[in-house]
Amino acid sequence: GDTSVLAGLYGPAEAKVSKELPDRAALEVLLRPKVGLPGVMERSREQLLRQTCEAVVLGVLHPRTAITLVLQVLSDAGSLLSCCLNAACMALLDAGLPLAALFCGVTCALQPDGTILLDPTARQEQEARATLTFAIASSERKVLMANTKGSCSVEEMQQCLAAAQRAADTIFQFYRDSVRRRYSK
Amino acid sequence: RTVEPLEYYRRFLKENCRPDGRELGEFRTTTVNIGKCLRSISTADGSALVKLGNTTVICGVKAELAAPAADSANKGYIVPNVELPSLCAERFRSGPPGEEAQAASQFIADVIENSQMIVKEDLCIANGKLAWVLYCDIICLDYDGNLLDASVFALLAALKNVQLPSVTINEETGLSEVNLKQKNPLIIRKHPVATSFAVFDDTLLIVDPTAEEEDLATGTVTIVTDEEGRLCSVHKPGGSPLTGAKLQDCITRAITRHKEVKKLIDKVIKSITPK
Repeated sequence: GDTSVLAGLYGPAEAKVSKELPDRAALEVLLRPKVGLPGVMERSREQLLRQTCEAVVLGVLHPRTAITLVLQVLSDAGSLLSCCLNAACMALLDAGLPLAALFCGVTCALQPDGTILLDPTARQEQEARATLTFAIASSERKVLMANTKGSCSVEEMQQCLAAAQRAADTIFQFYRDSVRRRYSK
Repeated sequence: RTVEPLEYYRRFLKENCRPDGRELGEFRTTTVNIGKCLRSISTADGSALVKLGNTTVICGVKAELAAPAADSANKGYIVPNVELPSLCAERFRSGPPGEEAQAASQFIADVIENSQMIVKEDLCIANGKLAWVLYCDIICLDYDGNLLDASVFALLAALKNVQLPSVTINEETGLSEVNLKQKNPLIIRKHPVATSFAVFDDTLLIVDPTAEEEDLATGTVTIVTDEEGRLCSVHKPGGSPLTGAKLQDCITRAITRHKEVKKLIDKVIKSITPK
């Protein structure tokens, strides 16, 4: 919808001696909100993104280098975290980094009456009883990252997960189309 | 063990047990020390010390008065702050809070919000004028893995221990009068308990990882449940992919753990209440 995030990827580049890891690439994620300085919320989001990306990027092919991912939030109209995840994955694809799998972010909102809403707007997120964000990997639709806000029962979570996995297919199709468009010129 | 830690661990995991003798699904011994007579922090309004094996976390809660925000005039504030000082583990340097501490603080704030443990409206004294602010400082004294579980537990124990003095607003002067003699305990609606798992090589799940195990793990999962079996939070910051079924296993384990922890807390509270 109206949520947009700009992602810039730099790397693999030379890493500072204090930051380099001897056997793999060091990944760093910086998330900048639209207004204000990055706060604690951004830090926790950065950590989520970083660990998700570390799981897919084949860092062992580029030891002692640094990969920096900078995300700038241009507008926030709901489902921000999954937008960041999708932006990050596309940036990794665009840069041509070796990846073990693709991933996509899907947000589900649980309405007070029990219906599941995929990709909620900011309004729907506020009214929802719980908002769950999943990062689904392209290989066997496994769960790479899960984050919940608000409480829900176990069955509801499983239902959301199943719905998210189905939605992941649509998003991966979108990835393929975009990449095809880019490289067919 | 120091040269090839991963291989060392793999050999143990193949036999379904861990180097310190635990089963894969077994927690370390948990001890809780809640303030009052043996008060952990005597200047705080509520405090608790939790030891999960070697991991030691202390939580102090201080209550102060403040004016509520303009857009939510009937809500108080709870401000959790997790600190990982350099004395707890060699990888933490002194200086501004690192990413792990900030992420942990955000996680605790989310848990309080999601589980509705303390409803902010309960903290309000007079609409738009006065409300309580609870500063919860969670400090890790010894880091041996599984920080999130211990922090949530310490926070819960400390909040159960908090006694807020009753405050009345003097109509004529408009000032608040704090009555230190009359104290009411804090209303805690839900009791969330966190359970952390470490994932190895995309398949094995072990519960309550130590610092060594956390370093070797390929991913971690933390699940927070409350007493009705509802999920307050599922926190899986990246790491190896898990199938839905594996996640379900974690959740069932988390629910059993919740019952154990709840019994422990109730026992400790009962032992200090008759004072």
